[in-house]
Amino acid sequence: MVGIVLVSHSYELASGLKKMLEQIQPNVPIAVGAGDEEGEIGTSLHRIKEAIESVYSEDGVVVLFDLGSALFFTELAIEELGADKKVQIADAPLVEGAYMAVVQAGCNSPLEEVRQMAEQAKELVKIPVDE
Amino acid sequence: MKMEGADLIHWIEEVNKQIKQHKSDLTKLDQAIGDGDHGINLVRGFEAVLEKLMPKQDQDLGAICQEIGMTLVTRVSGAAGPLYGTAFLKMAQVWKGKNAISWVELAQGIDAAAQGMKTRGRCKLGDKTLLDVWLPLADFLLQQGENASWEELEKLAFAKMEYTKTLEARRGRAAFLGSRSIGHLDPGAVSSYLIFRALAQVMKAKEME
Repeated sequence: MVGIVLVSHSYELASGLKKMLEQIQPNVPIAVGAGDEEGEIGTSLHRIKEAIESVYSEDGVVVLFDLGSALFFTELAIEELGADKKVQIADAPLVEGAYMAVVQAGCNSPLEEVRQMAEQAKELVKIPVDE
Repeated sequence: MKMEGADLIHWIEEVNKQIKQHKSDLTKLDQAIGDGDHGINLVRGFEAVLEKLMPKQDQDLGAICQEIGMTLVTRVSGAAGPLYGTAFLKMAQVWKGKNAISWVELAQGIDAAAQGMKTRGRCKLGDKTLLDVWLPLADFLLQQGENASWEELEKLAFAKMEYTKTLEARRGRAAFLGSRSIGHLDPGAVSSYLIFRALAQVMKAKEME
């Protein structure tokens, strides 16, 4: 099963999201790579790398991130883990994207599909208009 | 011009000093159009770099840059860590195994650093980022070759930093401000200016000896 990693500048934010997602889909491995080295606001290469490793399997991992430099750190973490590792970054809003990724991963979908589903969160209409 | 491992370490010491002196300026600039963490992050990062560099001064320039790059990447939170970290990791590749570098080799290293940050940051010239200092300086060094001078390098770095005031931000938090970012210096361009000024000052002092 594809693992999900939540990368955020805030440990509390990502941990809260993880808790919420586990309630929806308890069987999907989810890890948090958030906060700086000391757990304060920021991002850390080590934390992201450890998070990816902790949920990694042959099925791969999809990473979702919140803002700006979180992407740079995630890319560096993936480079350090090595090109043979199946890790993909989803270009998606963190909460909605993670929700969709977790549901898709829970259906035992392959890595590519899980990432694509997360990215579809960009088109999500949150307040449907009656026709 | 001959730049050796000891000069590289002096450079970083001077960067650390100047970043510390300008910490509150950098923070103020970054609070205006960024996340407000640029000064604090850089001080923390370069302190960590110096702690690591101190014990082993006999390494070649590539090994020293590798150490600097890895420390910045692991210890600096915010975009500055991966960007400046990438810069030094790229210099490390160009200067691998070299105990001294010429103007031409310096130009190659700075150019590799600028290109590396461009790829990592997915930004281009004119986006109001640190690249607006690094790319023109790399071009200047490549064009001048052995005729380059520290005086001119420092002047150009200052002019390019000042020029970022006129630009509209297209990257980072500042991009959300759109045209309201015009009139502010880019904090990354300011810290980049300090980095090049430190280099010029250290090397000028060496040549006077």
